[in-house]
Amino acid sequence: MAIKSDYVKYIETYVDSSSTQSQQAASVNEVASLVKKDLLTLETLVREMQMYLTTTDSIIRARGVLFLGELLMLLISKPLEDTVLHSLAGFFSDRLADWKALRGALVGCLALIRREADVGTVSSADAKSILQSYMQNLQVQSMGQHDRKLCFQLLEGLMSRYPGEVVPLGETVLFGVCAAIDGEKDPQCLVLSFHITKILGGLFLDSSGPLADIADELFELIGCYFPIHFTHPKSEDVEVKKEELSRELMMAFASTPLFEPFSMPLLLEKLSSSLPSAKIESFRYLSYCIPKYGAARVEKYAEVIWSSLKEVLYISPSTSLVEPDPTGGMGFQDSEMTTQALILLQEVVQIDNGPFLSKIICDEDINTFLNGLTQFQNFSDIALEGKQKLHAISRILSFATKSSVSFCNKLFEKFFPQIMSVLGLSVEDSSKPYIPSSQVSFGAVYLCTELLDACRLLVLDMGKSIPLGDFADEQWCCVLQSSCISLYNLYASVLEASTADSTSNACVYSGVKGLQILAMFPEGFLPASKSYEDILQMLILIFTSNFDKTFLWNSILSALCEIGLFISGSHELEKTAIFERIVLYNMTSLLGSDDHDFPSDLNLQAIAKIGMIGQNFSLNLLQGLDKIIFAKLPEVYVSGNEKSIGLIVKLLHCYSSELLPRINEAGSSEEVLVSFAANIWDIIGSSVVSNFDYQETELLGATMATMKNIVGKCSVRSQEIVIKKAVGLISSSNISPWMAATSDTTMLQPDQLNERYCYESFSYRDKWITSIFASVMVPLRPQTQIPSIRSILQFFVTTLHFGHVPSAYALGSLVNKLPLKTRTPEECSLEEALGIIFSNSIWNFCCNIDAKEGSADANGGIDINSLKLCTPSSLIVQVHAIVGLAWIGKGLLMRGHEAIKIVTIALMRCLLVDGNFDVEMLKDVGVDGKEHALVTLMRSAADAFQVLMSESEVCLNKKYHATVRPLYKQRFFNTVLPILLSSVQKTDSQTVRSMLYRAFAHVVSDAPFGAIMGEAQKLLPVLLDCLSVLSKDTANSDRVYDVLLVLSGILTDKNGREAVTENAHIISKQLISLVSYSHMMVIRVTAIQCLVAMSELPHVRIYPFRPQVLPAITKALDDPKRIVRQEAVKCRQAWLVLLSLCSSFKVLLKL
Amino acid sequence: MVSQLINANPVVYEKKERRSRCAPSDVDEVISLTFSQHLRDIKDPEHPYSLEELKVITEDAIEVDDQRSYVRVTFTPTVEHCSMATIIGLSLRVKLMRSLPPRFKVDIRVAPGTHATEAAVNKQLNDKERVAAALENPGLVDMVDECLAPSYA
Repeated sequence: MAIKSDYVKYIETYVDSSSTQSQQAASVNEVASLVKKDLLTLETLVREMQMYLTTTDSIIRARGVLFLGELLMLLISKPLEDTVLHSLAGFFSDRLADWKALRGALVGCLALIRREADVGTVSSADAKSILQSYMQNLQVQSMGQHDRKLCFQLLEGLMSRYPGEVVPLGETVLFGVCAAIDGEKDPQCLVLSFHITKILGGLFLDSSGPLADIADELFELIGCYFPIHFTHPKSEDVEVKKEELSRELMMAFASTPLFEPFSMPLLLEKLSSSLPSAKIESFRYLSYCIPKYGAARVEKYAEVIWSSLKEVLYISPSTSLVEPDPTGGMGFQDSEMTTQALILLQEVVQIDNGPFLSKIICDEDINTFLNGLTQFQNFSDIALEGKQKLHAISRILSFATKSSVSFCNKLFEKFFPQIMSVLGLSVEDSSKPYIPSSQVSFGAVYLCTELLDACRLLVLDMGKSIPLGDFADEQWCCVLQSSCISLYNLYASVLEASTADSTSNACVYSGVKGLQILAMFPEGFLPASKSYEDILQMLILIFTSNFDKTFLWNSILSALCEIGLFISGSHELEKTAIFERIVLYNMTSLLGSDDHDFPSDLNLQAIAKIGMIGQNFSLNLLQGLDKIIFAKLPEVYVSGNEKSIGLIVKLLHCYSSELLPRINEAGSSEEVLVSFAANIWDIIGSSVVSNFDYQETELLGATMATMKNIVGKCSVRSQEIVIKKAVGLISSSNISPWMAATSDTTMLQPDQLNERYCYESFSYRDKWITSIFASVMVPLRPQTQIPSIRSILQFFVTTLHFGHVPSAYALGSLVNKLPLKTRTPEECSLEEALGIIFSNSIWNFCCNIDAKEGSADANGGIDINSLKLCTPSSLIVQVHAIVGLAWIGKGLLMRGHEAIKIVTIALMRCLLVDGNFDVEMLKDVGVDGKEHALVTLMRSAADAFQVLMSESEVCLNKKYHATVRPLYKQRFFNTVLPILLSSVQKTDSQTVRSMLYRAFAHVVSDAPFGAIMGEAQKLLPVLLDCLSVLSKDTANSDRVYDVLLVLSGILTDKNGREAVTENAHIISKQLISLVSYSHMMVIRVTAIQCLVAMSELPHVRIYPFRPQVLPAITKALDDPKRIVRQEAVKCRQAWLVLLSLCSSFKVLLKL
Repeated sequence: MVSQLINANPVVYEKKERRSRCAPSDVDEVISLTFSQHLRDIKDPEHPYSLEELKVITEDAIEVDDQRSYVRVTFTPTVEHCSMATIIGLSLRVKLMRSLPPRFKVDIRVAPGTHATEAAVNKQLNDKERVAAALENPGLVDMVDECLAPSYA
């Protein structure tokens, strides 16, 4: 039990009006936690508080009651006994009468009402007594805003939680509510009061009950807020949005049909308001309320609603014209008003059973318009007004059609024959051959298309709830079915005509869309399934022969995509088969044949777009491409035909980057992919061509990329199949000695290697095999078993020696994925693999260290000395070795293996080679040559850090199943940074320093920003020194820019403030020198922007630099580049306002 | 602010379309874009419109000679007796001083026949001493700065 003095102290703090608000809040929290821990019971507390709760000093009493109320609010989820709740409820409902201590009572009641069932709720009798006391005592509108809000919350709580107690009180409650909400103006309270009205509507459903008597009064109170309009848009009540308020009011309006006699006239009257926003609101409210009120009540308004809809949609439409319309339609865009009006139209048509529909059907304007449809003959001859009318009518009819079957029936009875006769078609007899008249009426075609589309949507909508056969014998369906052939003929002729000459886009649009709609009715609805096939045939024919008409071509392509999307979504097997047979087959077979002039670029573009529809289509297309590629490839490889190379490269590109990504990993596609890979190996194996003149690398690149992507998609098992095939091919080829000589190669001295073999001596076939084999290795999954892995590693190290970069990717990927522990002897653990790789002579030839030492020692570690790359005997080989080392290092780094240390140290050594290496090795080059060789070596070592830190597209990424340890960059950054920094400090050679900074720039610019910010203090001086060193050499300008970006990041970050302030002097000095960096504009711009950022530092710090900064910026005002000048103006201004105004102008005038 | 506006109802014109930021040439023509870059966004001292919208300055009214480092701006006050003309001129001068390299000589004048005391205004605007004196006056500087504020955005 808590000691009495403890909590009494808190109560006293709370009641004491001199204590601060936070103290009061804290004291309630303290007491609440005591009660929650059961150290204090509520009874004890109340007894203790007796004095505060009953004193005649109203201020103290108010505080006391409020304390108890707030406490209960905090204890809302604490289980309490019924007796406690009962006595508290009694107390608070009494207190509601005490207007001087009302706030506390309201809070207390609210806390009691809001309790959930599992922690004990107030009994309904208590709730009733609270409600009664509320109705008796509270004059809501005479209170302050916060109290009113509490009152409304309490009322809302009572109504939603205790409806059983509210209804019997009937009129009392209703009058109470009316009195409470009368004249409310605060948005928060209004939301609550609208909500209360809505609940009331749901509680008093009886049409002769108490609400019916008072409905007019209640509606008068809430109706006056419509439409919601804030007179003070920037009031402090930002949390209540206009939309929220408007929605609540709308729900209150719709809460009971009893409001209908009052709300409908109001809303309809506002429709004729001159304020567009009021009109839009009215449409929204009507669309929401009408379904709630029911058809019977709304019937009498049909006339008014229709006339106002017609006014908005037809007589004075507010659509805006968008030219040119990319879709090729009429080019109108609906305004918000039109959209809302159409929604209302839909709602009304949906619930209506006669009067409203006949208003539309018998409307004079519409009938006159349709009678005069013949005048809309040619699209270009129709005036804007005519187009608008046509658009409006089609919108009205199609919206009404798609929402109601009965309207659809009426439409097909009355209007459809009319439209058809304008088109020269007969509804009854579709067998009559269609003879296209010289000119089809555009207006009629357009209208017909839109109505057809609406019908289709209606069919689809109904098809969800009832089987197709059940409504297929409705009148309109019969009419549609009987006329479908003539419709097909109509659209076909429209489309034919549009290919002939330059017809307007709108005609093309109608023709294509009509055919598309006909093809997209659900199966079995339209009788002639043959027509579906005809439509596709027709589209494809026009598609392939009219590639020069861009709009026509594009709209057919998108129509085909739509059809494909629809049939693949509706699982109609027969139609899917037809689609594949006609569209997909035609698309791919055209590529294969030479005797046509359809450009292959367009063809591939179409294939890529259709491939996007779905997995099965893209697989189908893949197979199609597959066939063509393998029909063409032998021409290149076997017979040396170079003509097809360009096409094959495009095909491969489409295959690997457009279609392949659409295929899911697991699935039936596996076999297709594996056979593709196997086929490539077969063809290369049978290749006899010894020489390509041109485009060879392009083809090789495309093949490698495709291979990589395919193998990346394959499962472990299929990957193994592909590797086996490859290894088999290699062992039968000229390069097999390389694979076999596992143990020997280590013994080979590099000079011998160079003499005996070199990459140039490889035949083209072998080069291809090597490159493609390397790209198979990149995307392997970690679980994939690789046969004769040791020889493969050896092989790649050797080819790496010749500067074959894909081999480096392969080695990096292998190192990244090999298992740490082996299960079978065939497998090769990572340690062993590293042993094999690093024991090769490439890393240590001409070194005094025995190669054997380089292999894995007993501890499983690798002797660091074995990786000594410091001898430039053959510069080229050294550079190749460094590239390889970088990729291997990246593989290790990403998996977080500690061997990365060795790689880092080796790279650092290359960076730090100085004058005292073995000069013997360079005896045949002069001093300049030596210098040059050294620099090249160091530069490649520095660039290796870029490989290590940056993301790569070609290998070692998620797509190619790389093992990626989280935060590897950050870790590497943290380890390598001190090494680099200390080396920089130690060295006194300018070249070495510049190269070290180059490496540093790579590391810093790719490191995560968070890591940099952590070291900002230490990094800043180095960054600046780095900038000054790198900016001396123009070749480094990209690096300078990267580092400058890092610096600007630190400058603009809040956490870097301190470090920046301390180094402000050197930063500004460096930035000033970069402002005149003449080799790269972005550097100047960024430097100036950094200076702007610096001007926000504390004035005391930067004031001294003003004399240096201002002249530099003034010079930049004369920069040859406009962007620089513009930034300079801003920067100058930023620095000028730093100074007191008068003196600033003196400075300015002197300059 | 003066209690009564000198031109209570100015005619507001449309803004011209901006030129794209990136010039394709290697070296941008030096200051021929003075207008679009620096002057068009200066605010009128009386109204919340830019000088461009009020047609106080137009592109044609600005002569720039890069070789001879010379700029001449001719502006048109909205009404003949406009007492704000000197403030507008001062704003133009200050803006150009801040935005152009110091080698430029800036000459600012009221378009002939558009102001009652044309000669006096011209003299005042091109007198170095008087401009410097004006800029010593904190009230004036505040006013000028307010006009220039939008052009730095």
